[in-house]
Amino acid sequence: MIWNETMECMSRKDMRKLQEIRLKKTVERIYHNCEPYRKRMQEKGITPADIQSLDDIVKLPFTSKKDLRDYYPFQLLSVPLSEVVRIQASSGTTGKPIVVGYTRNDLNIWGEVGARCFTAFGLGRNDVVQVSYGYGLFTGGLGAHCAVETIGGTVIPMSSGNTEKQILLMHDLGAVGLACTPSYALFLADALLDSPIPREEFQLKIGAFGAEPWTEGMRKELEEKLGIKAYDLYGLTEIIGPGVGHECECQNGTHLCEDHFYPEIVDPSTGEPLPPGKTGELVFSTITKEGMPLLRFRTRDLTSLNYEPCSCGRTSVRMNRILGRCDDMLIIRGVNVFPSQVESVICEMPQLEPHYLLVVDRVNNLDTFEVQVEVKEEFYSDEISKMLDLRKQIIHRLQSVLTISPEVRLVEPRTIERSQGKAKRVIDKRSFI
Amino acid sequence: MLIKQLSIFLENKKGRFTEVTTILGDAGINMTAFTVAENSDFGIVRLLVSDPEKARNVLRDNKYAVSVTDVLCVQTPNEPGALSKVMDIITQADISIEYMYAFSLGKGAVVVIRPDDLDKAVSVLSENKVALLASGDLFAL
Repeated sequence: MIWNETMECMSRKDMRKLQEIRLKKTVERIYHNCEPYRKRMQEKGITPADIQSLDDIVKLPFTSKKDLRDYYPFQLLSVPLSEVVRIQASSGTTGKPIVVGYTRNDLNIWGEVGARCFTAFGLGRNDVVQVSYGYGLFTGGLGAHCAVETIGGTVIPMSSGNTEKQILLMHDLGAVGLACTPSYALFLADALLDSPIPREEFQLKIGAFGAEPWTEGMRKELEEKLGIKAYDLYGLTEIIGPGVGHECECQNGTHLCEDHFYPEIVDPSTGEPLPPGKTGELVFSTITKEGMPLLRFRTRDLTSLNYEPCSCGRTSVRMNRILGRCDDMLIIRGVNVFPSQVESVICEMPQLEPHYLLVVDRVNNLDTFEVQVEVKEEFYSDEISKMLDLRKQIIHRLQSVLTISPEVRLVEPRTIERSQGKAKRVIDKRSFI
Repeated sequence: MLIKQLSIFLENKKGRFTEVTTILGDAGINMTAFTVAENSDFGIVRLLVSDPEKARNVLRDNKYAVSVTDVLCVQTPNEPGALSKVMDIITQADISIEYMYAFSLGKGAVVVIRPDDLDKAVSVLSENKVALLASGDLFAL
């Protein structure tokens, strides 16, 4: 099903035209209403009149996560605070959070793009959807919540945590959809298996998972363990929250709501735009938002874009799987390592649970790199040699993907911490002072 | 003829085996024999216990990785040359041994064997009149 056929199935030519009009309007508004942006544009010697076509976007300054911290909390607003009806914030790992303000219309847009996502997942007005993203400042909970309300579905505003109640209500209220982070979905999958209620008494069919990068292997694992179809629900707090993009029934790329969020791919080190299909850093300009519109926001997510029409009928651009983040990349013994690479290997091996922990340290000026994994119960053997063979196999496969060889530690079942929100997969003990 | 042996995967961490013994003790399960195979990261504890099914369940409830394997328990006299006779039979039949462990008590000894071919081992040992213990016999010792 398609929520807004006019927007989602528009010809490429018309889409570019629409984006151009909206971009020009946004630049105009930002220039006149947001001082930090105006100053930056003036420093570059440009005015809104210099933005005549989409291609002119490269003249505009980038916005980084750091800018959002530097102009904390309200300096990047393009409206007076009286127009702002909602604040959301993302958990910064250090210091102050990133604060985003929404106008009434921004919330409508959020509902609209969210509705496109949940409709694409196959959910509708007759479906009960359990929202197990955290509620509160985090955009996950309220974002998914207003998406489900917009399509007219029935929301269970569950938030995360309280596993027993999650399972109880999922069963008793007949939840068809589950919206949460993929790592929390895995946690719930285990809880579902442990629950005395048989699987066939649950109505659960569809997962809307996002807020952290996940791999194809993780999807397979989730679909098998939960007995559902699992779809990517993409979003970032800075841009709007969940609803920036979504997969469709083809599960072949994440459609971006590009009539609201204009995407570019740039070289992460030089900032130069890259040709379509090339992998680089994803950059968004919001072209309809009023409260805190952002120009060329650097997401730090590494991916590529596909402008071919999709067999689902949508023409909207598709983002390929996120390979990692420029900033969660680890450099170990001089080699770039993404946690997602490790995840893909672990999820491909039937003997392993899809949980892992990377521990990086430096001993005598040498990086040490350990991957902790849990073996599925049926693969624990009474023979040491079989366990060591398995470990060797894991090392071998990791080495072929990463090009460096990790230590692999087999740990006891359920000893790797299960996350109830975003998973913590890396412990880097190195100090670079 | 076959005895159910439990194997528990344990990380090399202080106090892990203590916990296992506490769990089994609290559940009223008695151990007849055990052995530990270890390397630098983890160990595998192999156990013969009075109630393998119950032991497995309580350990699983406590999130331990437990597998159950069939092993042979051979009873031999506790005297020089007794084990060599048994081993000869096994070697002659071209059977390999994955691992084994033993304990002796007074005049008798029990050897726990995990051969690569369990059925063949049972039949050659029986043909050669080697005493194989059933679980009841074992726990009566």
